[in-house]
Amino acid sequence: MSTPTTQAPGGRGLQGSVRQRRADPLFRVVLAVAASSVLLLLAAMIIRTSIEAWPVFAKEGIWGFLTGTEWSVGTSRSEVTGSYGAWPFIYGTLLISLIAIVFAVPLSIGIALFTNELAPNWIRRPLTSAVDTLAMVPSIVYAFVGMYFFRIEVWAPVGQRIADTPLGEVPFFSGPVLLSSYWSAANILAIMILPIITAICRDVFAQVPADEKNAAYAMGATRWEVMSKIIVPHSFSGIVGGTMLGLGRALGETLAVAVLIGSTRDMTSSVFQPGDAMTALIANTFQDAHPEAIWALLAIGVTLFFITMAVNIVARLIVARVNLRVGGGATV
Amino acid sequence: MDHRTAMARDLDHGQPPDGAPDEQAAQQHAPGTEPAHHAVHISIDQVSVRYGAFTAVRDVCFDVPRNAITALIGPSGCGKSTLLRTINRMNDLVPGATTTGAVTYNGEDIYAEGVDPVEVRRRIGMVFQKPNPFPKSIYDNVAFGPRLNGRKRDLDDLVEHSLRRAALWDEVKDKLAQSGLSLSGGQQQRLCIARAIAVDPDVILMDEPCSALDPIATLRIEELMKDMASEYTIVIVTHNMQQAARVSDLTAFFTVDMDNERQERTGVLVEIDDTDTIFTNASDPRTEAYITGRFG
Repeated sequence: MSTPTTQAPGGRGLQGSVRQRRADPLFRVVLAVAASSVLLLLAAMIIRTSIEAWPVFAKEGIWGFLTGTEWSVGTSRSEVTGSYGAWPFIYGTLLISLIAIVFAVPLSIGIALFTNELAPNWIRRPLTSAVDTLAMVPSIVYAFVGMYFFRIEVWAPVGQRIADTPLGEVPFFSGPVLLSSYWSAANILAIMILPIITAICRDVFAQVPADEKNAAYAMGATRWEVMSKIIVPHSFSGIVGGTMLGLGRALGETLAVAVLIGSTRDMTSSVFQPGDAMTALIANTFQDAHPEAIWALLAIGVTLFFITMAVNIVARLIVARVNLRVGGGATV
Repeated sequence: MDHRTAMARDLDHGQPPDGAPDEQAAQQHAPGTEPAHHAVHISIDQVSVRYGAFTAVRDVCFDVPRNAITALIGPSGCGKSTLLRTINRMNDLVPGATTTGAVTYNGEDIYAEGVDPVEVRRRIGMVFQKPNPFPKSIYDNVAFGPRLNGRKRDLDDLVEHSLRRAALWDEVKDKLAQSGLSLSGGQQQRLCIARAIAVDPDVILMDEPCSALDPIATLRIEELMKDMASEYTIVIVTHNMQQAARVSDLTAFFTVDMDNERQERTGVLVEIDDTDTIFTNASDPRTEAYITGRFG
């Protein structure tokens, strides 16, 4: 074996230049710093807010804070004198987010299936842009449209219809139907999270191999069967991912909820009546709050952060479980 | 050029004659041809496929005999896969594709008004170029089609029968719950054949079924095809001329027709004949040129 040795281009030896040798390690350090800054930022936020909020947690106890239903704000600068039970707000946030998901996910899947599988080209593009545009509308616009139009002309009348059916006998759906309510907040959230879930569904549906769809068609599957038995199951993890992103947005959405939920301290049992949510409470009260109330609001912020994290973990568990069962199925 | 002269020759390959009811249909749909031992199962008449303004394949006429293997060969772009997909109306799924002409299956035009392509595909199965099992268990892959048809009972027997028929049962009987994707390429392709068989079609279209497989897996599939030809009518598209020579009873040669004025390339059928004749004594010089490797 005698391979002729050749000189590197430019006449350099095999050592290369100093600059060349140092480039990689240097680049590695730069990227590592960039990546770790995220962790630092996150840690700083959690620790800082937790420390500020600690007196409230210490007085109420973590469980007491989470489940307590009385929220009466004190005026102290140095100690916790009021009583802080966050359950009405946690309940409100979870309730409206859940309703929003229930409305938005099936609708998004439907829109995405239609755009990807059924729509002719001339309608696909406008439809796609329309959905993407909805994603860019600022929440204050949604809040206004919801407040001056939707809740008056759509949601309250629809809510009244529901309350008039036998379902209205159930306290949860009972009247009177007010304009500002959990129901209105949930509906605006559904509209607001629709674009992101639709966009993700569209992307994951497009990832389903044409081969797999063709295989089903070739066995005599109808379009509906291909969608329900091939495309949607194949995209399950992506749908969960999109749902969780939507849920994340719903949990955190502040402005539109603050405007539409009605902001009452009393927890009402009917969706058609006003309530309050975590973000709405913070937005509506922090400006006039005394220091101890600020601590309590920060405690709410910390709680919201952990709820979001829990949602994320649960989503990952669901996806991992499904992938395990399917074995070799596509992950997103 | 009249392609019909070469249609439906006596195959003389020893398969039993079959399908008496279709003998009449064959006579009706292929007038002026020699009487065939094999009844005509599918008759392709003046079929053209256009994608928008582009004509992929033009004016194809030939008959596919029952319980025989018909191979479609030719250079890339000659429209052979496109033509194959007209037989089970898979081209319907391509946006902008239009098919003209008639494809008669068991005496019925599958492009006639009121024909449901879904029903056509349940009777005319298809195996694809790349093995494409679903990301489901082996069992669920085979049971997929029957379940679509609403079958819930005796699935175990049907799955076993289909896997046996596809010569895969012995290799997978102990791991039916495993993912279909855990199998080797050749096994996956046989799983796809089993899956196609499970809905009980009588025609199976194969679109270059071995092009993604190694030579040993290819041979197994070829043996399987020859074995299946006693029960099924098989139409196979292949790039591999040796494969056509090895497995098929009839070979149709397609080529690309260049229209220099309109700058268009269109697939056309050159001729169809007994495979032996095509490979030893083709009547069209273009066929011979392709087969001997002087072109394509």
